[in-house]
Amino acid sequence: CVDQLLEVSYVLSQGCSLHPFSLFGSVLLTCPTAGLASMVASSRSYADFTPEKVDLHRLEEGPPLTATLTREEGLKYYRTMQTIRRMELKADQLYKQKIIRGFCHLYDGQEACAVGIEGGITLSDHLITAYRAHGYTLTRGGTVREIMAELTGRRGGIAKGKGGSMHMYTKNFYGGNGIVGAQVPLGAGVALACKYLGNDQLCVSLYGDGAANQGQIFETYNMSSLWKLPIIFICENNQYGMGTSVERSSASTEYYKRGDYIPGLRVDGMDVLCVREATKFAADHCRSGKGPILMELQTYRYHGHSMSDPGVSYRTREEIQEVRSKSDPISMLKDRMLSNNMASIEELKEIDIAVRKEIEDAAQFATTDPEPPLDDLCSHIFANDQPFEVRGATPWTKLTSTS
Amino acid sequence: LQVCAFLLRSGFTEMVVNVRDALNQAMDEELERDERVFLLGEEVAQYDGAYKVSRGLWKKYGDKRIIDTPITEMGFAGIAVGAAFAGLRPICEFMTWNFSMQAIDQVINSAAKTYYMSAGAQPVPIVFRGPNGSSAGVAAQHSQCFAAWYGHCPGLKVVSPWNSEDARGLLKAAIRDDNPVVFLENELMYGVPFDLSEDVLQKDFVVPIGKAKVERRGTHITLVSHSRCVGFCLDAASVLAKEGVECEVVNLRTIRPLDVDTIEASVMKTGHLVTVEGGWPQYGVGAEICARVMEGPAFNYLDAPAVRVTGVDIPMPYAKILEDHSVPQIKDIIFSVKKVLNM
Repeated sequence: CVDQLLEVSYVLSQGCSLHPFSLFGSVLLTCPTAGLASMVASSRSYADFTPEKVDLHRLEEGPPLTATLTREEGLKYYRTMQTIRRMELKADQLYKQKIIRGFCHLYDGQEACAVGIEGGITLSDHLITAYRAHGYTLTRGGTVREIMAELTGRRGGIAKGKGGSMHMYTKNFYGGNGIVGAQVPLGAGVALACKYLGNDQLCVSLYGDGAANQGQIFETYNMSSLWKLPIIFICENNQYGMGTSVERSSASTEYYKRGDYIPGLRVDGMDVLCVREATKFAADHCRSGKGPILMELQTYRYHGHSMSDPGVSYRTREEIQEVRSKSDPISMLKDRMLSNNMASIEELKEIDIAVRKEIEDAAQFATTDPEPPLDDLCSHIFANDQPFEVRGATPWTKLTSTS
Repeated sequence: LQVCAFLLRSGFTEMVVNVRDALNQAMDEELERDERVFLLGEEVAQYDGAYKVSRGLWKKYGDKRIIDTPITEMGFAGIAVGAAFAGLRPICEFMTWNFSMQAIDQVINSAAKTYYMSAGAQPVPIVFRGPNGSSAGVAAQHSQCFAAWYGHCPGLKVVSPWNSEDARGLLKAAIRDDNPVVFLENELMYGVPFDLSEDVLQKDFVVPIGKAKVERRGTHITLVSHSRCVGFCLDAASVLAKEGVECEVVNLRTIRPLDVDTIEASVMKTGHLVTVEGGWPQYGVGAEICARVMEGPAFNYLDAPAVRVTGVDIPMPYAKILEDHSVPQIKDIIFSVKKVLNM
């Protein structure tokens, strides 16, 4: 019955020139005949993305519908996306080997968002996101080595093994935040600092479709607009908040409109150029002093919510496969470059090989670097402070904290 | 402040300043000293502060540095923390600490833990301040003491001033500290005047965070307290002195880190301990003090079990007679001292 549904809605979708995912919403069914009485299937089909399609809210005009990609940019985006992809897949492997523990939320499928956004801003701008943060840690200047070593909890990790998957920081990148939605007001605070200091910088604050209903985000919309803060709100809509599809969580799934009085735009988050052009447009809006703007990126994650979620109880393998075959961000960029003679297959293969090696080396480091020293247990409680005593597990265990 | 300066120049070495003005002057001086310091909260600007603690600051510093927020604690506390991430030094006011519960995730998870999670990459130089604990007739939802709640969490410094010197010095210390500080004021203390010496009125006067002060020396029993209850302890001590009991009164000033050394030294001298707080007894400040004394060298000097005087373990009632009986009174302190001393 799942197959039939997909077939039907796919046929219907071919007649529509609408953007993906919109169509008819999803119909939730149980399939007792399939012997999976508790399985829920979505009838959503996946139409091909129309490139450079942009939906606007309270905007007279949007980003340009065409974009120029130089060879250099293309190769850079390709390499970065491929690096994120392979890094996340390696993390998957290491997690299954129990070398990575706890929470691990993987970003494969969404690479065009992180890479495209970075293409539209500079490293002197600021960015904050939630827990699906490995890709951003990379685009914001972290290295694969220090990211992987953080995942494996080693002293060479980007947070010296103290933070883990959800708490990685670099210059002008404020994590990595574990509490859904909390990062959005934080991002507005960073934007307030930009305006206060008059440095023409802005802050990109990301959140997912799951977080989009958080009250504190609406509080942030309000204050950012009142005070005209240079903030770009970006909703990475990957269709599912953990196991809950957007239709089941949100009375309105038009996340780009949820800012109400804040102008918004919705673009294809699988197309790195769309993301870049939209980000540039949004950045111009902010820097011209107009205040906040909201972007919705329609994207998809191949993995489940985290490594403890197989990701197939609330969506079908067919859906995942369809996205992979029709809208993979890396394949899309690759095809574009090849068909426009911007690169050769061999060249791209060489990049793949180099990336593979980089990941292997990083994994090697991440699995052999020692864990943090026990002396580090209590350090980094306070900044710029004298060392002080910390109570251990018993009254006789006296530990020391240094800054 | 101009009056202060005039009087100082004219040879007056002391000033009478109430707690509200002490806080106001401290903020004014710190705003002037460091461009990155700013104040945000409900009614802090054009209303001059719900309790007038920020009177005159908006007029002097303007919209950029004194910011009125909408009634959205979670949002503006998060914004304040984000501003601290990016290098500013915010003072985030909660109109009372009861409303901080709406924003407590930002205080604990975004502010307190970040320096640790980032292994020292991201300091958070922020002060959260506002009135804490019971007031008068404001009933259950507006009367809770949060000293134990915030005092529980590593990554926070938690201070609770009693008098004007505490208020001035601790607020300056808090603003100059590169870490998140929870600053627990007391509404009923705002209007209480105290003498401030010339030293205290200096612009760089700070009270170190983490050091308690012995307000009154004594030999028979140690009373440890914070905030408004320190005054009650001193009043109880005066009454008890007439009966020949000399109380040593320790003003904690800081809840976290707790100055265990000063408490232990006092207990080792007097052999008796009573803690006094306005908050509820279970898992409270007094409970922590007693546990620490048990675990340390001072235990062997105790001639009687240590005892706590606390708020009554109920939501705060409204009717005056009920409210009066919900908080520790001077007679409760005297009664407990006599019990502990077996008088």
